Amino acid sequence: MTKKKMAMGLTAMIALSAVGLTGCGSQPASNTSSGSPSNTTSTQASSGPQQLQIFSWWTGVASSKALKSLIDVYNQQYPNVKVVNEAVSGGAGSNAKAVLASRMEAGNPPGTFQVHAGNGTLLSWIQAGDMAPLNSLYKQEGWNTAFPPNLLKLLTVNGNIYAVPVDMQRANVLWYNPAIFKQYHLTPPTTFPEFFSDAKVLQAHGITPLALANHGNWETTLLFSDVLLGTVGPTEYNQLLTGKAAWNSPGVTEAATTFAKMMQYVNPDFSALHWSQADQLVAQGKAAMNVMGDWAQGYFTTDLHLTPGTGFGWAPTPQTQGTFGVVSDAFGLPSKLKDTTPTLNFLKVLGSKAGQDTFNPLKGTFSPRLDSDPSKYDAYSQAAMKSFQKDQLVLIIGQGGVNPGFTNAVENAMAIFATNHNVSQFVTALASGAQANPLS
Amino acid sequence: MVNSEVPVQNAKSSVLRGKRPKFTWDRAFPILTLVPSLAALGVFVYGFIFWSGYVSLTNWNSFIPNFSFAGLRNYVLVFQTFRFQSDLRNIVVFTVLFIVSCLIIGLFLAILVDQKIRMEGLFRSIFIFPMAISFVVTGVIWSWMLNPETGVNLILKAFGLHHLPQWFLSTRFVPNIQVGQIQLGIPIALIAVLIAAVWQMSGFAMAVYLAGLRGIPEELKEAARVDGAGPWRTFWSVILPQLRSTTTTIVIILTAASLKIFGLIYAMTGPGQEFVTDMPSMNMFQTTFQANQFAQGAAIAIVLLIMMAAFTVPYLISTIKQGGDA
Repeated sequence: MTKKKMAMGLTAMIALSAVGLTGCGSQPASNTSSGSPSNTTSTQASSGPQQLQIFSWWTGVASSKALKSLIDVYNQQYPNVKVVNEAVSGGAGSNAKAVLASRMEAGNPPGTFQVHAGNGTLLSWIQAGDMAPLNSLYKQEGWNTAFPPNLLKLLTVNGNIYAVPVDMQRANVLWYNPAIFKQYHLTPPTTFPEFFSDAKVLQAHGITPLALANHGNWETTLLFSDVLLGTVGPTEYNQLLTGKAAWNSPGVTEAATTFAKMMQYVNPDFSALHWSQADQLVAQGKAAMNVMGDWAQGYFTTDLHLTPGTGFGWAPTPQTQGTFGVVSDAFGLPSKLKDTTPTLNFLKVLGSKAGQDTFNPLKGTFSPRLDSDPSKYDAYSQAAMKSFQKDQLVLIIGQGGVNPGFTNAVENAMAIFATNHNVSQFVTALASGAQANPLS
Repeated sequence: MVNSEVPVQNAKSSVLRGKRPKFTWDRAFPILTLVPSLAALGVFVYGFIFWSGYVSLTNWNSFIPNFSFAGLRNYVLVFQTFRFQSDLRNIVVFTVLFIVSCLIIGLFLAILVDQKIRMEGLFRSIFIFPMAISFVVTGVIWSWMLNPETGVNLILKAFGLHHLPQWFLSTRFVPNIQVGQIQLGIPIALIAVLIAAVWQMSGFAMAVYLAGLRGIPEELKEAARVDGAGPWRTFWSVILPQLRSTTTTIVIILTAASLKIFGLIYAMTGPGQEFVTDMPSMNMFQTTFQANQFAQGAAIAIVLLIMMAAFTVPYLISTIKQGGDA
C-alpha cells in the first residue's frame, strides 16, 4: 500500500514537472522576424487599447522619476497607449536581466527593455536573433547624425543598428578634493608618473592618496579598466576588449604592474567599503582622489550637498585625456514582438531631443545627442558633455561593456590580485578568462 | 508529521476489509487533500531540483540557452577554480566552528536561564532576540563594528593596544598549509563572520536546549542525587546524555542554515580579498546572475545540495525509522 502510494506520488510529481518543463520550452509559432520594423502601421489592428511594457531596472528615486517623465512625454503624444512600467529591482540589474531572459526565452518579450550599449548582453540578444534592426527608424528620425558615430558603432552589428541610447555616463573619472590639492600645491595628475609623485607627497602628509572600494567586488575592476586604458591607449584597449588582441601582452602586464604599485597608496580597508564610502573619504578630506564612474557626482551633489568645482573636482583618469569610457543605457525592439507600433513610437520619443533633455537632468546623467541643450544640465554634466562630443569613445570591463562571463573572470582574478600583487598570475588569469568567455 | 498518520490508518482499515480496496470517498478524501501541497512541492522543489541538475549538465553558459549535453564538464571547471576551492574550505571551516560555538554557548546560556532565576522570561527574550533580526541587518551592523578602521578597534586602541586585529579584512590563515592553489587552514577573516553568525544563532540553540532541559524528568536528577552524584557528575552522566536528541536537532538545523548562508556574507564582507570569506552560495549567485553562466551556477547549486543532503538525509532516515518502530 505504501509502495503504491509512493508510486502514485512519484507519477504525479513527474507528470507535474513535465508540464512545467514543456511550459518553459514552448514558444509561440508566430515567430516571424518582423521584416521591416519601421513599418509603423500595425498589421494587427488591435481592437482593445494598445499596451506598451517598458522593462528596466530603474527603481531608484531619481531613475524612476526620470522614467516616469519620459512616459509622460510619450503619453501626451500617444494618449491611447497604456504604458506598463515593468521595472525589476535588485542586484544592480542582474535580477531584471534574469527575468528578461526567461521572458525572451518564452517568446514573450516586453515592448522594449533597458540594455547597456556595448558587447555585453546587447550583443548576446542580437546574436540570438532576438532583436530587430532599427536602421530605417534611424534614417527616418535623422539619428545617424544626431548621435556621435562612435557611439552608434557600439550599438551596431554587421551594419545593422539595434538600439537607441537614452543617457550617457562616464567611467574614467578621477574625483579629487580641491582643497587638499591646493594645500599641498599639487595639480591633479594627468599621467601615471605624476600620480605617483603626488601620491608620495600626500602619503607623507598622512593623507590616503587614492580612496578605493571593493565591497561589491567590481570597483577594483573599474579602476583596472581605466589604468589599462591609460597604459595601452584607446586603440589597443579596444582591440583587447573586442578579442582582437591577446591579453597576455606586454601592455596588459605593464598596466597590472602600475595597478599593483597604485595599491600601495590606497586605504587598507578597501574591501570593506562601498563605492560611495570611498567618495566620502575624498569629500571629508581623509583621502585625496578616487576613481569612479560619474554616478559619483550625484552622490557628491545630492547626498553630500557639495558644489561642483569647489567641493569636489574631477579630471579624466591618468593618461586617458581625449578618451571617454562609455556607460550608456539603450532601448531596442525585440524581434518576437507582435505589435511593434507602440514600441517604435516610444523609441522615437526616447531618442528625441525633447525626450532626452527631460529624462537626463532628472536622472543625473546627460543626453548623448550632439544637439542637446547644455543649459539644462549642471556644471559637471556640461563639462562631461563637452568631452563626450569630441572624445574617442571606448567601452569598459564591466557595466555591460563586454561578455559578462569575462567581467566575472576579471573580477575573480582581481579579488586575488588586489592583495597578492602577483602580476604574472593575474595576466594568465585574464588570458584564460578571455579564452573561456569569447569577447567577440 | 500529522499528515503521515492518516494514510497509516487507512492502510490498516483496508487490510482489515479485504485484499482489493474499493474506491470510497472516505479513502480518496485524505489523498485529495494532499494533492495541492504535493503538486506545489513537486513543481517548486523537486521539479526545480531536477531542472537545476539537468541545466548543470548542459552548455548553457551565456544568456542564450544552450541545452546541448556537456557531461560533467561544468563540475570539472568549477572544481578547478581557486574561488570554488576556497569556498569549500570556507564552508567546512565555518560550519564546524559555527555549530560548535552555537552548541557550547547555547547550552551554557540555557543552563544559566534554567536556574529558576527571577525574570527568566526577560533573559530568554534577550538571548533569543537576535534571531528575529534579518541576517542582512546583522551583516551591516557587524561590518561597521568589525571594520578595523572604525569599529571596536577604536576602543581597543583607546586601551593602548597595538597590533589590532584586521578582522574580516585579514588574509591570513591559521595554520597555513599550501595545498595546490589554495591555503588550507582557518581564514582569520572568517572569525569575524563567525562572531556575527554565532551572536545571531546561539539564542536559538539556547531555546531548544532549554526545552530539552525542561523535558528531563525531575526524578532522574533526584535519583542521581540520591545515588550521591554531585552537580558535575549529574550534568555529565545524566543531563548531557538526555540532551542527545536535542543536540542532533540543533546540529541539523544549524548545518542547513550554515551551508545556505548568503545574506550575512553579502551584506557584511562580500567575497573578500582572495575569497577568504566567500561561500558557495555567493559564488553561485555571481556565476549565475552576474556572469550569466547558468550551467556552472547550477553545478555549484547541485554540489551545495549534495552537501546538504549528506547531513539531512541520515537525520530524516533515522526519524522515519523511529516513527516506524513506535
